[in-house]
Amino acid sequence: MSKAIEIAETEKPAGKRVELGPTMSGSQILVVCLEREGVDTIFAYPGGASMEIHQALTRSRIRTVLPRHEQGGAFAADGYARACGKVGVCMATSGPGATNLVTGIADAYMDSVPLVAITGQVSQSMIGKGAFQETDIYGMTLPVVKHSYLVTDINEIPRIVQEAFHIARTGRPGPVLIDIPKNVQQARTQPVFPKEVRMRGYKPEQHASDLELNEIIGLIEKSERPVLYIGGGIITGEASRELRQFVEGTQIPVASTLMGCGAFPDTHALSLRWLGMHGAAFANWAVNGEYEPRKSPAEPMRQMAPGADLLLAFGVRFDDRVTGKVDKFCEHGTIVHVDIDPSEINKNKPANLPVVSDIKYALGRLCEMIRKRPIQNKFSAWHEQVARWKAKAPFGYVVTDEVMKSQHMRDHLKGQENEVVLPQMAIETLYEMTDGEAIITTGVGQHQMWTGQFYKFKHPRQLLTSAGLGAMGYGYPAALGAKVACPDKQVIDIDGDGSFLMNIQELATAHIEKIAAKAIILNNQHLGMVMQWEDRFYAGNRGHTYLGDPDNRKEIYPDYVAVCRSFNVQCERVMYKRDLRAAMQRMLEAQEPYVLDIVVPYTEHVLPFIPANRTVADMIWQA
Amino acid sequence: MRHTISVLVENKFGALTRVAGLFSGRGYNIDTLNVAPTADATTSRMTIVTRGDDATLEQIVKQLNKLADIIKVVDFREGEYVDRELVLVKVSVDSNSRAEVMQITDIFRAKIVDVQPETLTIEVTGDEGKVEKFMELMKSFGILELTRTGKVALGRK
Repeated sequence: MSKAIEIAETEKPAGKRVELGPTMSGSQILVVCLEREGVDTIFAYPGGASMEIHQALTRSRIRTVLPRHEQGGAFAADGYARACGKVGVCMATSGPGATNLVTGIADAYMDSVPLVAITGQVSQSMIGKGAFQETDIYGMTLPVVKHSYLVTDINEIPRIVQEAFHIARTGRPGPVLIDIPKNVQQARTQPVFPKEVRMRGYKPEQHASDLELNEIIGLIEKSERPVLYIGGGIITGEASRELRQFVEGTQIPVASTLMGCGAFPDTHALSLRWLGMHGAAFANWAVNGEYEPRKSPAEPMRQMAPGADLLLAFGVRFDDRVTGKVDKFCEHGTIVHVDIDPSEINKNKPANLPVVSDIKYALGRLCEMIRKRPIQNKFSAWHEQVARWKAKAPFGYVVTDEVMKSQHMRDHLKGQENEVVLPQMAIETLYEMTDGEAIITTGVGQHQMWTGQFYKFKHPRQLLTSAGLGAMGYGYPAALGAKVACPDKQVIDIDGDGSFLMNIQELATAHIEKIAAKAIILNNQHLGMVMQWEDRFYAGNRGHTYLGDPDNRKEIYPDYVAVCRSFNVQCERVMYKRDLRAAMQRMLEAQEPYVLDIVVPYTEHVLPFIPANRTVADMIWQA
Repeated sequence: MRHTISVLVENKFGALTRVAGLFSGRGYNIDTLNVAPTADATTSRMTIVTRGDDATLEQIVKQLNKLADIIKVVDFREGEYVDRELVLVKVSVDSNSRAEVMQITDIFRAKIVDVQPETLTIEVTGDEGKVEKFMELMKSFGILELTRTGKVALGRK
């Protein structure tokens, strides 16, 4: 199908060539273009306006995975892209199919994930007529795409697909939408495939100058308390190796964002784990300084020990969940901000030294420089301070009396409350039993934060989580995508009962497509994170955060074991600590999808906790 | 502070929506916006007059540059550019005021493009100061309808 004849293009300068394919339909051209981009899998749910393309896909080597909801398809493509770095591809029909993709597209936009979303559209003659299943998906997605196309001419398909993939994967990656009307899919022509992308308005390559990089080295030499603040940019920029060399060459401690988890090994002596609202107390102190805990933001901030005097912000965007009150964030430090996206610089926090650059290039060049002229500064006093902080407030949990005596636990554990499994405990056990090597996805909420805290990530692309958008329901479909991308790796969704239920239909995809992604549900029968805020700021008044059956609180609702059984997916419920390891072992050994429904108390809060728009002095870190 | 930004864009479907959406989505103001093709039919030039502090303007320029259809963005500095605006204004006149309106029109080197028994439609072109001054004078006669292109600008160099 993709057999093409090479011809010289007459109008273009000598040497520039294009390829001409045989006459075929628009949908066939689209599929050939996807093949030419190296697409091996597409997550696609058919409908009237996209079935032409599905017809073409049946004759292609591309694997089509049929999700059970378009949102699941979009999240799966997103998980695929995050797990392997290739562009994820999802497709839906017009109207509701397309609108169901929007959350997934927005997620890819917020977390800079390379994604191409294809939507069928009603025929051009019907556009604007309020036709059946017509929506202006191009207009609807404008604020959440890196770029988008409405294909109006069949001859444009090859150029558009090539540009879409180029834009999605280069520079700061992001989602690109291609909306194709049905009549364009059905039209026929002889496609002309351009050999290279030419876009006047898109120049993604950015490289720091040696002058700028030397200035960074000068600042390191002058500093006493430097901290690296690194994020998802390191992972998308494939710069983990360079980062590690740079850290070991400079001995600067590394605080990551949630997006950056795995970019630098959590197990490394220089790792400060991650910072921000629910990050490590020691990471927040290292960046901001340690302050006497205050009861109210009206009280003055009293510093106990100074934080970073130099913050190297590499591939990060000063997200509010990281900074808290942004003008107090690293208030007394010099800020160096290196990012490939110029618009991120000075957006949320002014930088003292702004550098626009591909981070892999910048770090690689910095490593060369310090190899020639090693950093003299050893920062020994600073390392001692950091070690004291690490010893003072490690991530931890305790089984309290409050948990054991809660009605919830008495209802479910029936006299064996001392066998309670805390969510943190379950994640820690999973970490041990997988040697910290599994690819982990999450939903959104308390379990997501605990995953960051109690699973230590060693490799980039190991934690896939909806960080920026915070989309519940992300975990399981993303795990499916990740398992398709990395079939030889153990892929586990650590989820909450609320998040898991939001895309539970994807159990069918897992079973039918034989995708052995696992899931553990930390089932507390509540919307845990909202409930935590209710406890802290709304005197514990429950505003529709109970997810169980109010008429029968003693039974777990819904019955996930029964639900999974109906999908032909193995599932077991774990109530007691003594059963946890054996159940996890069975899950890990399974060669098929497997779900553990772990009943946990809802009374746990995620700590540390810096309330929104507050400072490190307001951090709650002792239970 | 007011800024005049010149944006060269691909003359493609959706380019204007993208720019307009960027301003509304990020809460930036547009005072005026003018867009039309350039000598090269594949590109259009937009002239945007916007307001904001330095940090906002820095973001506006960077965000515009990020759009794949945008080829070039220039935030003009004072004195670096020439600008004009064209206004069509319909002024109410009677036999007494007609002569006076025509006289002012003459002084401003504006042009009367349509004459009706009770109205004159005048075309005035110029920089912001001139246009504003002319409108102020016309107000006393009664402005019935008005349309303006918004500022168009080109760099001197």
